Amino acid sequence: MVQMPMPNEGILARRADIVRALYDLLPEACVIADAVARRAYECDAVSAYRQLPLAVVLPRNTAEVAAVLKYCHGAGVPVVPRGAGTSLSGGALPVADGIVLGLGKLNKILDIDFPNRAVVTQPGVTNLGISNAVAHAGFYYAPDPSSQIACTIGGNVGENSGGVHCLKYGLTTNNILGLELVLMDGTILRLGGKQLDAGGYDWLGLLTGSEGLLGVITEVTVRILRKPATARALLLGFPSSQVAGDCVGQIIAAGIIPGGMEMMDRPAIHATEAFVNVGYPLDVEALLIVELDGPPVEVDHLIARVSAIADQCSAMTKRISTSEAERLAFWAGRKAAFPAAGRISPDYLCMDGTIPRRALSHVLTRMGELSQHYGLGLANVFHAGDGNLHPLILFDANKPGEFDKAEAFGADILRLCVEVGGVLTGEHGVGVEKRDLMPVMFSEIDLDQQRRVKHAFDPKLLLNPGKVFPLLSRCAEGGKMHVAGGALAHPDLPRF
Amino acid sequence: MLRAARWLTPIFPASKALPMFTPLTPGELAELVRSTALAGEALALHSGNSLSALGHPPRGDRLHHSLSLAGFDAIIAYEPDELVLTVGPGIPLTEVKALLAERRQRLAFEPPDWGPLYGQPAGIGTLGGVIGAALAGSRRVTAGGARDHMLGFHAVNGRGEIFKAGGRVVKNVTGYDLPKLVTGAFGTLAALTEVTVKVVPAPETVDTLMLPRLTPARATEVMAQALGSPHDVGSAAYLPASIARDLIPGAGDSATLIRLEGFAPSVEARAAALMAEFGGTVERLGADVSRKLWQALGDATPLVGLHEDCLWRISVPPTAGAAILEAVQAVRPLATGWLDWGGGLIWLALPPHPGERDGGAAFLRGLVTDGHATLMRAPERVRASVPVFQPMPPALAALAQRLKASFDPHAVFNPSRLGA
Repeated sequence: MVQMPMPNEGILARRADIVRALYDLLPEACVIADAVARRAYECDAVSAYRQLPLAVVLPRNTAEVAAVLKYCHGAGVPVVPRGAGTSLSGGALPVADGIVLGLGKLNKILDIDFPNRAVVTQPGVTNLGISNAVAHAGFYYAPDPSSQIACTIGGNVGENSGGVHCLKYGLTTNNILGLELVLMDGTILRLGGKQLDAGGYDWLGLLTGSEGLLGVITEVTVRILRKPATARALLLGFPSSQVAGDCVGQIIAAGIIPGGMEMMDRPAIHATEAFVNVGYPLDVEALLIVELDGPPVEVDHLIARVSAIADQCSAMTKRISTSEAERLAFWAGRKAAFPAAGRISPDYLCMDGTIPRRALSHVLTRMGELSQHYGLGLANVFHAGDGNLHPLILFDANKPGEFDKAEAFGADILRLCVEVGGVLTGEHGVGVEKRDLMPVMFSEIDLDQQRRVKHAFDPKLLLNPGKVFPLLSRCAEGGKMHVAGGALAHPDLPRF
Repeated sequence: MLRAARWLTPIFPASKALPMFTPLTPGELAELVRSTALAGEALALHSGNSLSALGHPPRGDRLHHSLSLAGFDAIIAYEPDELVLTVGPGIPLTEVKALLAERRQRLAFEPPDWGPLYGQPAGIGTLGGVIGAALAGSRRVTAGGARDHMLGFHAVNGRGEIFKAGGRVVKNVTGYDLPKLVTGAFGTLAALTEVTVKVVPAPETVDTLMLPRLTPARATEVMAQALGSPHDVGSAAYLPASIARDLIPGAGDSATLIRLEGFAPSVEARAAALMAEFGGTVERLGADVSRKLWQALGDATPLVGLHEDCLWRISVPPTAGAAILEAVQAVRPLATGWLDWGGGLIWLALPPHPGERDGGAAFLRGLVTDGHATLMRAPERVRASVPVFQPMPPALAALAQRLKASFDPHAVFNPSRLGA
């Protein structure tokens, strides 16, 4: 179990008072205090990490969010914001001495504005809910994390979620126009709007992907796009990941940015084919799905060009979708990669590093060696266009020690990503999962700069404590300080 | 008075009383920042110096030294297959564009050259300036701005510490997205020494559809239709007759412009489809005219010679632009202006107005309910007396102060550039 900040005994002792205060602020149905009901909030999608929160609140509007935060700020109670709880990095893991603030009741779309290509929505609306609300007019919201049927737009902003189409269409941060934010002290700020440039410092850029450490999002204005007229895909098999990676490089060098470009290694191909039976070739080392989207003339033109590039790269197998059903079949295996891994292994850990694509072959070789070393299986799916790697580490949590081994294996993979010039996380966030690896990528000075940014928003360090930054080594100049309960003594004092 | 360190050869430009520091390594820069902070003095950051008249002038209560980042001008890594470029911020934008063009790539956000707008030569602007001022051209409406392509940096903060943020890959959510934060911060947070930006393939060809004689309101509808179509429109602008005549050979009336870029067969098909959907008179301007035209709009070339006017750039929801432009021209018939970004960007030149001393700030900001108006160019006395950037609500201004202090506690970097 990952270590969390030591709970503040004083807060735990005041639990009854705190719950009473929350009932004063919110209707009874919006406060969850009993232990059984709170249990539903004890973890997010990283279910290996669990913690029962002090209480859960489900405010219905911005004013209630602000009232709860203001109270917690005054009472020194930590707050963990939560959307749908689909975080893959433990971003919504509760703390024992803090409340969970769920945004699920803020679930209305407020304004659909086609001429300005914008939707104003509350944070608890699901990612797919936005696309569904504008689909009748041929529009959609571009970022499509695989959890899009459940994950909320507020959570997407918190984590800067991606998806398989982000090489061409960007991550959440490239598709947000405005935010309403409540600071920990209850201050309500409105940032940006339907205009393209928000003005002043890039608050939207800073807040998107800040993992709930800077404020609570209560309204989001997103950019919507017209759906591409058509999409077609190629399914390409290669004798090695190296060759497949070279093919990806040549497609990009030819000036083509596909809507999606996904790679799977042999174990992933076999696991998914056994699961969904869509006719993936089983005699190849790497499989590449290249999807071209846009106007039909352009898609046909590019299909021919990518097909020629694949031939030059000695693709062993090549299929080109001729119908929507066939295109979806190409994707079916890739989209089922995670449940397929679940079928061949009792448990798996999904990692999320990004590497420069040129290092792919080296990274896959090293991961194979690590797999041998730890005695744990590995399957790889890879957003090949942008270098975002999702190794799935296969293990059995019921075997003593295997979870620890899997975690150590995962940490080695992420260190390897940084070593070759990549990063710890491409789209899942740091959360608690990669928190302690941050020093692999950042120096203490780098991290202290980020901590001071946190401090500018939340000087009492009450929002989502224990996430993103490594614990226990808060460095103030003049020596290390031990920080208990995530609360810095005398936070108002400048430290140089 | 700050003493120049041994490794810094102060250069005394003829027009300035104080030396200009041009550090060549992050270590030298860090030492300069620390000694400046100790002396209670400030640094005015620039690299190409083409934008020094954008923003508030330095206040007289602190001694400002000129800090040039032009020494950080190396090409550190260019990996076309990975779509990333890492360079020093002092590298001229023209050099970046030429480098990318060799591999048929470009910066998607179409950064303009505003040197001539400020009476400077063309071509002296740097990538650092583009990032510091978040410059973007007409493609901003679909491709995003500088912030959307800024991936990582190394810098020195106001404490004189060398630090980094972001990465050198196109997809990264590790830690706060400080690369976006320093973009458009006008050098008030950190002095950049290395930046990594995302680059994209350059399109095979370009064309522009021109619909003549529309009113601004009708043009806005047409632009919304085009940008909301599946025909991959890259940018859309509306030019009144006076500007259209200057920029487009043979144009006689207002021009609504729809730009298409991409693979040749695709541009051809999309142009035909849009022309069919629009109906009426639609002209195709062709690749050569298109390239010059959109470059001129990005560079704001029509405003370069209007030396007496105060220049404004207003960012609003796209459907709000036309009404503001018309409201301005109704009472200021001599004002020059056009719409870009599908109506979401208004460029304006306001001639001197009797009794008006604020460059039109109160007048224009009274018209803008959602969005912001930036005073792009005005005499120094005007810029010293009105907010150049849209004023923030007090709570946001206070947060901005705390954020600035988290990077630069002694307010060493461009302390008054963004205003009070």
